[in-house]
Order: sequence, then structure tokens, then C-alpha cells
Amino acid sequence: MLEIKGLEASIGDKQILRGIDLVVPQGEVHAIMGPNGSGKSTLSYVLSGRPGYEVTAGSATFDGKDLLEMEPEERAALGVFLAFQYPVELPGVGNANFLRTALNAQKRARGEPELDAPGFLKLARAEMKRLSMPDDMLKRNVNVGFSGGEKKRNEVLQMAILKPKLAILDETDSGLDIDALKIVADGVNSQRGPNFSAVVITHYQRLLEHIVPDRVHVLSAGRIIRSGGPELALELEANGYAGIVAEAA
Amino acid sequence: MAADVETLDTVQSVTEGGYKWGFSTDIEMDLAPKGLNEDIIRLISERKNEPAWLLEWRLKAYAAWLKMEEPEWAMIHHEPIDYQDLHYYAAPKKKNGPKSLDEVDPELLAMYEKLGIPLKERAILAGVELPEGERPQVAVDAVFDSVSVATTFRETLSKSGVIFCPISEAVHDHPELVQKYLGSVVPAGDNYFAALNSAVFTDGSFVFIPKGVRCPMELSTYFRINARNTGQFERTLIIVEDGGHVSYLEGCTAPQRDENQLHAAVVELVAMEDSTIKYSTVQNWYPGDANGKGGIYNFVTKRGACRGARSKISWTQVETGSAITWKYPSCILQGDDSVGEFYSVAVTTNMQQADTGTKMIHIGKRTRSTIVSKGISAGRSNNTYRGLVRVLPKADGARNFTQCDSLLIGDQCGAHTVPYIESRNATAKLEHEATTSKISDDQLFYCRSRGLSQEDAVGMIVNGFCRDVLKELPMEFAVEAQKLLAVSLEGSVG
Repeated sequence: MLEIKGLEASIGDKQILRGIDLVVPQGEVHAIMGPNGSGKSTLSYVLSGRPGYEVTAGSATFDGKDLLEMEPEERAALGVFLAFQYPVELPGVGNANFLRTALNAQKRARGEPELDAPGFLKLARAEMKRLSMPDDMLKRNVNVGFSGGEKKRNEVLQMAILKPKLAILDETDSGLDIDALKIVADGVNSQRGPNFSAVVITHYQRLLEHIVPDRVHVLSAGRIIRSGGPELALELEANGYAGIVAEAA
Repeated sequence: MAADVETLDTVQSVTEGGYKWGFSTDIEMDLAPKGLNEDIIRLISERKNEPAWLLEWRLKAYAAWLKMEEPEWAMIHHEPIDYQDLHYYAAPKKKNGPKSLDEVDPELLAMYEKLGIPLKERAILAGVELPEGERPQVAVDAVFDSVSVATTFRETLSKSGVIFCPISEAVHDHPELVQKYLGSVVPAGDNYFAALNSAVFTDGSFVFIPKGVRCPMELSTYFRINARNTGQFERTLIIVEDGGHVSYLEGCTAPQRDENQLHAAVVELVAMEDSTIKYSTVQNWYPGDANGKGGIYNFVTKRGACRGARSKISWTQVETGSAITWKYPSCILQGDDSVGEFYSVAVTTNMQQADTGTKMIHIGKRTRSTIVSKGISAGRSNNTYRGLVRVLPKADGARNFTQCDSLLIGDQCGAHTVPYIESRNATAKLEHEATTSKISDDQLFYCRSRGLSQEDAVGMIVNGFCRDVLKELPMEFAVEAQKLLAVSLEGSVG
């Protein structure tokens, strides 16, 4: 379970998060929506430990463990996964090597046995088949020369292989055509279960037609100003953010 | 074997100061005093029982050296070297060495640990002096074990007609070959450091691959042992006759400490028609402490001549050690359709300085060369690629492709690219690409968010950056080199 209480964070002198309270129980998928600049990406970075963000107040725990005290790799080993809005290119680093090294680093940190190369390939191929991804995805360098859609699919593949307990998807739908969107959604839906929870950050209701959330939260100016069921997303789609933001102000 | 033990004992028991000018050659110990002069060169030659022509050759080189000045064009800075304050023969290496591992730079020991060097080998690599009277059991065992292994290798090799031996032996056993080829690629007076080496070299390797023979094994293991005794002025000569093929590996991933601060090696390669020489180096001499103190100065001249048509010489180097690296493995592409390659990774951290690159001299028709250089700078180090591509008038259809990439880690290091391109043939096609990049915070965070530690992330990104070069290394070396790159750069980020 993810529990965020009174979380405040800033970059340099600029305060971005102004007191976030959010609970995502185990097994649930929550969507966070909000206008540009409301702090959605900052929230995802603070939760995953990106350097450069200063937490000035509040707490964030996952399964009772203080996330904010941990290094990014420790959070990963705990089961926190961030699907990047802009996945990063790693020239010369093969996707398979990258993923296996990452998976084994996590396993090592958790005291689990590591996976050898054949074992890994078996796992990876099975996941790729399930996500209808071409085999050469593993052979290519991490995100190098990938189209926007391929990069997002690669994020989903990583998630499928690393099998996190908490996935944070930072606008994974942006820039995707409808087919890619479905693949991404299928990837998340296939992980859904009692041991998987997700925070899906998105601008648009469109993604939420495919990943139906248990709860929807509206983020504005660094605070969650409204929460509701999936129907809240539809309301936003119909009326825009302006009404809700004005109402909350 | 007994002779080796004796030598070790002798070296240990010897103290400085026994020497006077006018050194008489009947002194029993194999030790020359500090300083360089004709007598020392005569002594070296006599101790090695060399033929007169070789002594002459050395003396000529010395005469040339006296008239030369240390080159200053490289982007390196160091205190002036006092050439009269060095030992040129069987220097008492153990004299000033640490007494035990406790006295060795802890950083160095930590590196051995990470590279997985067995405990008993660490002391040897670190140059630990043994107490009086105590024989360096490990060292001797290691040498002896290896010598026997090497002997087995040599039998296999000689069955196929391959000659692989110390160059000092080759001088006696194959004088016609040595006399014909020594200095034929790097003339004795070629440059300051090559001239010095020619005057005082003590040993090195000699390889001869006869016509049509593909050397049945990579020539590596033997050299690793051999390297410990060849000292600071190594001389290597490799000759491959028509249609022959050899892959030669030198160096060691473990950082080696040496009391001899100055190293000036010369390597000459001769490739005849349709032959191939692949020469791979992993250089990891002690780079000094974090302030660069105590590191090796490595001034190396490496050059290969593609004499025959369709011959090929390929240099691959991974340079992570030494306080100063000055090194330009080159190819003279004489034969028509001959091919030269240079693949290089140079890593500098702390206060290290590397000025390294290559020269590709296109003489024959349709000669081709490829240069891939990856420089990685961290700490306060400076890393320079310096390369020359020269196309002579008769080299119709010559091609060169050069790719120089620099990777910066931190904001206090320097990367410099100095390409010289001279074309005197209008049909030549020359391409040069260069990039400079930094390991971005985004890349690091991306890796860490997937579970990699900061250091593993750096290692992975750097290895990715060097992939085009590492894939040229023989398999066993490539694996070691990857580990070495990661370990070399530990602690350089964040």
C-alpha cells in the first residue's frame, strides 16, 4: 500500500507539491489527472527518488517503508517502478543486458536467486509474446532509435519483466496512437491483481477507457483537489479542468 | 630455474653505490648503476651476449638520442625527467618497494579486491618487498608454473613453425630475422623515446609466423609472465609472412605497480602479403594516487607496416592506467589494398593525462583504414585524441573512416580531439566524425530507477559507450576489460 501524507516538495526555490495526501491500497489502480504544471510528473519523480527534488514536508511510505529515505535503486528493489514520460536512450547498451542486469540487481537486493541468461531470455520472450512485441526489441540498444511509441512499449516491457508491486506511469499515453495505447493498456491490465497497484498519471480520459481505474484524483497547483470513481474522469473530459479548479479555489 | 632464484636473491642483496664510473664488466651482479652513457649500453649488450651489430645499432641510437629533445607537442605536463637518475639495467626494483601490503596504497588494494585478484598475487602486483632472506615463494611459483605452461605452448607453436620467444633469445637463435627487421618499422632514431628504447632495451617478445600459417593460439599468457621481467624498456617485434595470421595480446587488467616510473616501449609489426596481425592491449599501469603521485609515465611507440598487398594490421587498446600515456599505434599501408584499424578506449580519472591516437599512412592503392576512438575523462584528468590520416599521391582510392567520441564525467576534466588530415590524392575519401557527451543525470536516474546502483549504472553506460571497441577484443580480454572499465570509474560520479 502506498501512503502519502502532507507531501511537499520543491525544485530549487520553487515549491511544486503543496501537501499531497493519497492512499493507494494494494491491488488498486488510481489515476491522477490534472492540467499542465500541476505537479503530476514531480509527484512521480519524488516517489521514485530522482535527484534534484527536495522534500520539505510530509511522508511517503510503501508497505510501511519510508520511500523518501531510500535511494532510487532501493525503491526499485522494493517493487516501485516508474514508467518514464520520456524514456532515456542508452547508446551501446543492449536492452536484454540492461534488463537482466536490472532484474538481477533487484533480486540480489531482495536476497532472491539471480536469473541466468537462458532463464532470462525465456522470461523475456514469454512477456514479449504476451505483449505482441517483436523479438528484435531485446537486441536493440535501450531506446536508441526507437519511435515514441516503441519507447513507451519498451517501458511496458520492462514493467512486465521487472514485475513491480507499484507502477507509476507518467503520461505513458502521450504521443501514442490508438494501437500502441491498447498495447500499453494491455500491459498494465495484465499485471493487475492483488499484489499490483498502480498510479496512472494522464492528461486524458482516453487511456482510462482501457485501464479502468479504481479511483481518480485531480491534481492542481500541487494539491489533490478532488477524488472520485472512474466517472470523475468522464466529468473532466466533458467539462475540462477549469470548473473543478475554480470550484476548489 | 635455479638461475632465476639466484638472480632474485642477488637483486635483493645488492645495494646501490657499488658502482663507479669505468664499471668493469667482471662484476658478478646483474645490476647497472644510475645514469646513461656508452658504458652502460656496452654493459647491457655484453650481459646479453649480443652480436657486434646489435651493439653498434644501440650506440647509433644513443648518439641520435643525445642530439634529440624530448617532444613537447603532446597535451601532457610533468616534471622534467632526469634521464641520468634512472637505472637502465636490472634496476633493484625491490629496493624502495613497500615492505608489506599494509604499506600499499589502500585504493590499489581495493581495486585488486574488486577485480577478484587472488590474495597471494596482490603483493606481487603491488611490488611488495620481501624481508631479507625470504624468497618470494608466490612470485617464483607463479613464474615457474607459468614457465612450464609456456614451454608446453612453445612446443605446440614450434610444430606449426611459429617462433615465439624473448627477443633476447631471438637475437641468438634467429639473428638473420632480427637483424633484418629490427628498426625496419620504427628506426632507431625515429623519435626521442624510440631512440632511448633502441639504445637500452633489455627484453621483449619476438614472434615470427611463417608463410601460410595461422597461429594456432592467441599469444597472450606467456607474455603476461614475461612482462614482469622485461622492465621499463620493452622491445617487441612481430613478423608475419605471406598469408600468415596472428592475434597477440599484451597487458593485464590488474593495476601493476613498478618502481620504474618511466616506461618507453617500442613495438614493431611487419605484415606481408595477405597476412593479418591483430594486436590487443590492456594497459593498466599504476596511475598514481588521487593526486597523481607515483604513477607511471608511459611513452610508447607502436607501429605496424602493411608491406604486402591485402595485408591487415588491427590495433585494439584499452588504456586505463599510467599517470601519463603517450602512445600512437600506427599503420603504414604500403601494400595495395592493405587495411589498417585502430580501436581505442582511453580512460582517465583523478589527475591522469592521456595523449593517444594513431597514424594511418596511406601509400598503396585502395588502402583502407578505420579509426574508432573512445575517450572517457573523469576527475581532473585530461584526455586527448591525436590522430593523423595521411594519403600520399599514389594511394588512389584510399579510404578512411574516423570516429572520435569523448565522454565526460564531472565538470573538472578535459577532452580534446586533435585530428590531422592530409590528402594528396583527389580520389581519396576521408570521413571524420566526432562527438562529445556527458553521462547525463537522466541516464543515471533511468538506470537506478530500474534497480542498478549508481556505480553499476556508470559502468553500464561507459561500457555501452565503448562497445564498438570492446567487441574487437578477444573474448576473454573483453570480459576482463568491461569489468576494468567499471572499476576504474568507481566513485567518479556523484
